[in-house]
Amino acid sequence: MPPSPRRGRSIITLVAFLVLIAIAWEAAKFIAGNPWRIGEWVWDPPFRVSFVSDLNLPHIWEIVGALADPYRRNAEDSLLVFLAGKALYTWREAAIGFGFGALLGIGLAIAFVHSTILERAFVPYVVASQTIPIVALAPMIVFAVGASEGAVIIVATYLTFFPVTISMIRGLRSPDPRALELMRSYAASRRTVLWKLRLPASLPYLFTALKITATASVVGAIIGEGPGGVADGLGWTIIEFNQTYITGPEKLWAAIFVTSLLGITFYAVVRLVELRVLRSRPEATAG
Amino acid sequence: MTPDPTVVRLAGVEKTFTLPDGAPMTALTGIDLEIARGEFVSLIGPSGCGKSTLLRVIGDLTPPSSGTVTINGKPAHRARLDRDYGMVFQSPVLFEWRSVEDNVRLPLEVAGGGRAQREARVREMLALVELADFARHHPYQLSGGMQQRVAIARALSFSPAILLMDEPFGALDEMTRERMNSEVLRIWAQTGITVVFVTHSIPEAVFLSSRVVVMSARPGRVTRVIDVDLPRPRGVETRENRRYFELITAVREALRGNDGHEPDAVSDSRLEAEGFSG
Repeated sequence: MPPSPRRGRSIITLVAFLVLIAIAWEAAKFIAGNPWRIGEWVWDPPFRVSFVSDLNLPHIWEIVGALADPYRRNAEDSLLVFLAGKALYTWREAAIGFGFGALLGIGLAIAFVHSTILERAFVPYVVASQTIPIVALAPMIVFAVGASEGAVIIVATYLTFFPVTISMIRGLRSPDPRALELMRSYAASRRTVLWKLRLPASLPYLFTALKITATASVVGAIIGEGPGGVADGLGWTIIEFNQTYITGPEKLWAAIFVTSLLGITFYAVVRLVELRVLRSRPEATAG
Repeated sequence: MTPDPTVVRLAGVEKTFTLPDGAPMTALTGIDLEIARGEFVSLIGPSGCGKSTLLRVIGDLTPPSSGTVTINGKPAHRARLDRDYGMVFQSPVLFEWRSVEDNVRLPLEVAGGGRAQREARVREMLALVELADFARHHPYQLSGGMQQRVAIARALSFSPAILLMDEPFGALDEMTRERMNSEVLRIWAQTGITVVFVTHSIPEAVFLSSRVVVMSARPGRVTRVIDVDLPRPRGVETRENRRYFELITAVREALRGNDGHEPDAVSDSRLEAEGFSG
């Protein structure tokens, strides 16, 4: 992969986009938020919209300030360090769930592709499983395996395996029929066809699914931490900051910021692995 | 001791497909054909005459509805399991995630065997198609003609008894095609392999073959077999040879004589699209 000017440009685009959001954010507060803290005699906004008031939408520098402050009174760590620790913990759960989900999804897809009977019998249930809201399912999982990290990982797995299954069924069937005939003319076994043709051919499809599930697994882990009673991750922290939102909205915003940063980072890691693995197929790595 | 020189023996081969409306469609009927060791035989005919289907029947990619296919005295199925076939299609069907050498190595990996021997064979094949310098390239970095040469190297890698080629140069431009024709003749002469070659192109069939099998459509059958007595090795001069033009005319007339009407709407490609040839 040659170092391309395109990558540099995309970083510039991203930064420009973030700056634009920040400007829009502060502009909204400027024309419709509460008076600035310096006092109404300096600037009185022409509109009043409660959503962008200081009670709801803190100034960006307040969020940044909160990240630098101790996460609670007399605490040694800053909120950023505190949230980073939580994020790392949640990421570990998400990554394990992501791994299990990917394996489960790949395994199911391999079974379905090789057996029409299995496919007909089980695909409807796989689909149905995804129509059950995770908030309804989470307590059951907790009840079944106990309030623990295990429950959180199961929730993350549950949110991960479905896109992988569906994409992999497609991917394993993606080889050119001629390529399958070629393998047939080599008298290749089904297993050989799977290893040498179907699985390599399915990789672009797999990575498409993994990019979706990288973020989904983070969401799954966060949701699972509530009923799972796991207090060391972002999920519990978000619930906590929700309760103190009235007095300190910037903390929740900071947590949201860190959470999305986690999701983006996980996505970017998967994307980098994709670029590396698929480097011999330039047309398969676009986007 | 003289081994039976017949590599391919087709006796009373018929192939019937069932159309979506349930009606039977006879793709091939009454095919009797013998191909001797080291021959280069082309199958030529209008779209829908079943020439590709016939090639697939020979290669045991689809079974005949009746009749027998014998390869080196064995049933076609046995021959496939013994890896007697090398296949080259119109598209190179290279595995894009494999480098050139890895693509050529693929059939050897499937067949198993010693690593050192395998590597030597890969090098030998790449040298044969004159792509040794491109061993580590990936398919997307090669031109269409080069990709097809990789496909030929791959097909020959495990020394099959017979090379089946289904319009291998149909997607190439005329210049590349002529170059590939000379290339394939060189490889054929060097390896002494038996080749069955499906083509749409009369000049190509005449230039390459020792015999041209002319087929007609609806139902697909062999109408004439024309011996090509052009001297070998064949090259640029061959294409200017008077005999070359006479043979082209002979094949053209044989093709025209078959039919008297336009080729039918049901073509090979449509059958394939509907999944009848598999």
